Amino acid sequence: MSRIRVLVGTRKGAFILTADGKRQRWRVQGPHFGGWEVYHLKGSPANPERLYASQSSSWFGQVMQRSDDGGRSWETVGNQFGYEGETSPHLWYDGTPHPWEFKRVWHLEPDSADPDTAYAGVEDAALFRTRDGGKSWQELPGLRRHASSAQWMPGAGGMCLHSILVDPADPRRLHVAISAAGSFRSDDAGQTWRPVNQGLRSLHIPDPVAEVGHCVHRIARHPSRPDTLFMQKHWDVMRSDDAGASWHEVSGNLPSDFGFPIDVHAHEPETIYVVPIKSDAEHYPPDARLRVYRSRSGGNDWEPLTSGLPQKDCYVNVLREAMAVDGLDPCGVYFGTTGGQLYASANAGDSWKAVVRDLPPVLSVEVQTLP
Amino acid sequence: MIRVLLPAPLAQLAGTTAELQLEVTAPFTQRRLLDALEARHPALAGTTRDHASGKRRAYLRFFAAGQDLSQDAPDAALPEAVVRGIEPFMIVGAVSGG
Repeated sequence: MSRIRVLVGTRKGAFILTADGKRQRWRVQGPHFGGWEVYHLKGSPANPERLYASQSSSWFGQVMQRSDDGGRSWETVGNQFGYEGETSPHLWYDGTPHPWEFKRVWHLEPDSADPDTAYAGVEDAALFRTRDGGKSWQELPGLRRHASSAQWMPGAGGMCLHSILVDPADPRRLHVAISAAGSFRSDDAGQTWRPVNQGLRSLHIPDPVAEVGHCVHRIARHPSRPDTLFMQKHWDVMRSDDAGASWHEVSGNLPSDFGFPIDVHAHEPETIYVVPIKSDAEHYPPDARLRVYRSRSGGNDWEPLTSGLPQKDCYVNVLREAMAVDGLDPCGVYFGTTGGQLYASANAGDSWKAVVRDLPPVLSVEVQTLP
Repeated sequence: MIRVLLPAPLAQLAGTTAELQLEVTAPFTQRRLLDALEARHPALAGTTRDHASGKRRAYLRFFAAGQDLSQDAPDAALPEAVVRGIEPFMIVGAVSGG
């Protein structure tokens, strides 16, 4: 029977949750790296025992960890993220030029074929890659050197590169997203990039057709439909069917189209999930009811999923990295909250159960489906 | 031997005790001491000084022999009591919380 391993990054360490394929009885292990922020950890598709973790602290900076036994033991690997060559400034919040400064790794994306290769998305926004299992990291500087980068400005959470999608049909095609610059695509393995934000409308940008400056919170896609992308933007849920060249809104009947995560069902490319949040000032669910919304039509028509979720007095948030799906049938869906709950559904969202309720605030959730 | 006191998170990260004894060769400076610390415990590379700038991390302080050495130049001489192993070189995390 298959097994499930859920990798949870929190404000105060990492936790690993395991269950068999029934997904009813869970074992919670951790904290790993207790007291440190773990923005993200993720396993290699090529070798699920190989995990990478981003461990950081305002006091001690960035530490990178690697496990070769599924998280039972860890070793520190390279934590030097040096921008290539001269760095020109980006915009600061007040509109003045500000130097590029590395702060932390937000997202890790292990390669699908080689366990020693992984991408890292960092703040201040740039894309790095390791080819030696994390011992060293090299920037792919074409993104940061894009002509628009002088106009990039951080969102409230920092100028982070948080989404990295590698096209399963063509590994040379990469999509990334940056808050608050927008989404970008490379068709040459990260050497050159172009903004892919046509169709996005952002109230904080006076230019209605601005090439960059959009606060993209998350992008996701199903591996069988590499040209179809789904986006949760600061406001608006968006969809592209041409690999990001153009976007159209699919917020439809959502009670709020503000939110952070978005994800796609493992076996149904048109089934997508979001967690509506009341507003950018009020980072909690509308009506104090925690509802995941599911669309089975790729957007516009949404249904609330509430069974097992708190439907009164709920004021948690769900952050951009904090939702994931497993590969079982029926598809499992998982998300973590800023209140420390990790909710799991073993039936594609029809009902939910809190696997654990009192973790530190959850920053990220990833799922491994193991043989 | 120079004595170094690490904050608990760094001792845990390095898998060592909070107090260390380091072999440091002259000239006896913060830079040489921290270089020796990172050579002994590679996991600590970049945790007390920023990799790119080499500057002390903003939320850390260096204390020794009753003095705050945080603003000293990296190549300034360490106090004699530290060099002779009488007093520890203390790496201290800023207090935070409510």
